[in-house]
Amino acid sequence: MNFDLTEDRQMLQDSLRRYLADKYSVEHRNKVAYDAPYHDDAKWAELTELGALFALAPEEAGGMGGAGFDISVVFEELGRVICPEPVLGALMASRLMTAAGADQEELLSGATKYAVGLGELDAPYDLSGISTSASGGKVTGRKSIVYGGQVADVFLVAAKDGDSLNVYEVKASDASVTGYALMDGAGAAEVVLEDAPATLLIEGADAAIADAVNAGIVALCAEAVGAMDVLHKMTVEYLGQRKQFGRPIGTFQVLQHRAVDMLTEIEQSRSIVIKAAAELGGPDASKYCSMAKNLIGRAGRLVAEEAIQMHGGIAMTWEYPGSHYAKRIIMIDAQLGDTDYHLMRVAQAA
Amino acid sequence: MDLNFTPEEEAFRQEVRDFFKENLPDDIRDAVRQGGELTKEIMERYHAILNKKGWLGTTWPKEYGGPGWGPVERHIFDEESCAAYAPRIVPFGLAMLGPVLQKFGSQEQKDYYLPRILNGDDWWCQGYSEPGAGSDLASLKTRAVRDGDEWVINGQKTWTTLGQHANMIFCLVRTDPDVKQQEGISFILVDMSTPGVEVRPIKLIEGGHEVNEVFFTDVRVPYKNLVGEENKGWTIAKYLLTHERTGIAGVGFSMLELEEVKALAKKIIRNGKPLSEDPLFAARVAQAEIDLEAMKLTNLRMLFTAQKQGAPGPETSILKIKGTVINQELKDLARRALGPNAAPFPKSLSGTNLDVAPDGHANNAARYFNNRKTSIFGGSNEIQRNILTKTMLGL
Repeated sequence: MNFDLTEDRQMLQDSLRRYLADKYSVEHRNKVAYDAPYHDDAKWAELTELGALFALAPEEAGGMGGAGFDISVVFEELGRVICPEPVLGALMASRLMTAAGADQEELLSGATKYAVGLGELDAPYDLSGISTSASGGKVTGRKSIVYGGQVADVFLVAAKDGDSLNVYEVKASDASVTGYALMDGAGAAEVVLEDAPATLLIEGADAAIADAVNAGIVALCAEAVGAMDVLHKMTVEYLGQRKQFGRPIGTFQVLQHRAVDMLTEIEQSRSIVIKAAAELGGPDASKYCSMAKNLIGRAGRLVAEEAIQMHGGIAMTWEYPGSHYAKRIIMIDAQLGDTDYHLMRVAQAA
Repeated sequence: MDLNFTPEEEAFRQEVRDFFKENLPDDIRDAVRQGGELTKEIMERYHAILNKKGWLGTTWPKEYGGPGWGPVERHIFDEESCAAYAPRIVPFGLAMLGPVLQKFGSQEQKDYYLPRILNGDDWWCQGYSEPGAGSDLASLKTRAVRDGDEWVINGQKTWTTLGQHANMIFCLVRTDPDVKQQEGISFILVDMSTPGVEVRPIKLIEGGHEVNEVFFTDVRVPYKNLVGEENKGWTIAKYLLTHERTGIAGVGFSMLELEEVKALAKKIIRNGKPLSEDPLFAARVAQAEIDLEAMKLTNLRMLFTAQKQGAPGPETSILKIKGTVINQELKDLARRALGPNAAPFPKSLSGTNLDVAPDGHANNAARYFNNRKTSIFGGSNEIQRNILTKTMLGL
């Protein structure tokens, strides 16, 4: 039993934290996250030069990591600065391409941006109800809220050919892509495919998609832990500074105990991410990832709402950095299955 | 990051598992499984079984007859003893007074009392809380006045768990009323057969007898029964508080209860379908399972820290808060699963009633009520939040 990071991962964490603290201030983040293209291409290039994407793929796929803990280290750091770069799409695409045995040099170097389109308006999480279909090398359908889709060069999309759930590669230039900003910053796209030329990447892709989703869940949960940790520290700092009734509001027990409850839930969140990361790629990965996503959904809501409440009016402003952390933490719930969806998955598996 | 136990630790786990399989008598296992009160005879017999193996003083170093385990071995032992439906070791002598004497006791006290604790010659109980001193323990008023070679003790202790079985009590008493509260407290050992000691039962919310009041009227005990220095008892109380903490999450018990709730939900039929297929009930169980899964890891993370630093840190208060809340939720689920069959006052407490619940579950409502204590005792969850406010938030 050992809960310390390996030396390599510690170095990765240190270098990412230094770079992001230096180059991705929340002011800069807010400048780029809400205006097209909803990220910073120069920073994307620097981030990939640091090896952030290589850490997400295993050696046999040309990467230098790819384990659950590599993913959690990278995304926790991204979460600490609520980074709007489209790393999640790269991670999930890389998982699919590793499963397919496809070359991913262009992906891992950051030269080509990938986005993954799985869910649809009427089937956002459970893919049994998707209507995108494929036949004869063409794909038709609409993929909704494709994260990072606004800047993607290539889409990997789930589509059905008869009864088989497959993954296809579609060039952005062959799709109708409408990008937009998200509530919490960064971008996504509606991707409409009409007989779009497509390359079959994985046939019978249920297991590969499950793995990509699980990796994405580990990433999002780690991102949430990073963001929650920062938001909690901001809240505690504020409690120590803000004075009302002639004393710091942090001297009021009613607020102290609620700040402790936030801490407790963050520790529980950290624990469940460790468990999910450890199980990623194994036979029980889906179960533990569902557990993680559910717990993070609940903890995230508590931390975000309590942070806003305890800050008072200032947290209702756009100007205050904590507000943007709260938004990101809440909106993570909508990605790759929300609190209720994953609770039902755990309940049904029992 | 490595969530696995070492091969040595796994071998130890197997050894503990085998030990319980071979040595825990069926009647003790059944009594624990039924969830009612355990008799003194059962607990003494269980202690003797562990003592024979050298595993009774789980926190004791080898020099005092303990197994010399570290935090991880203790954790494995706790998990396996729970899984085997073994009783909890009665903590007052073994987990509380033992470590206190080892750290603060005189040589004479160690030589005399420690073997008696292991051999079951003494049954200790704890004289801390008073009617007016609960969470604010330092405000305690039970007075000890020195008179030559003796202490004369007057006052009242309460919530004395299993005091009805005890022949000895360790007490925090006020020995100097004129200084800051914390600086006038001493730690004194009292033989309960001394004239002036009176134990009265407190009937608890569910009807059980687990705790007592202990009255002291001009009780005279030898001066040498003082542990550590005069007026330094608060230091001992604080030391005990950190000692009490390892294993405080009760993860092993909660894991067992989760399995019981799941099994029960499969047995109970509602309109032709097992309760386990009711989506609302299944979701509540799932949420408890998720919280417990995270708790397991939180517990291991803190064990790892304890092992690295030699002592558990203040974040163990998180384990106390979360561990008790999860366990209480499971107790609630076990009660709710029975529906109306949870309502009868169980035979074990009423003596007369008919038990209609499935076997082993007649006490579910009683256990639910009894278990509300866990977020109150050992430093209430609110006191734990105060501790975390200071130590982890710096507010």
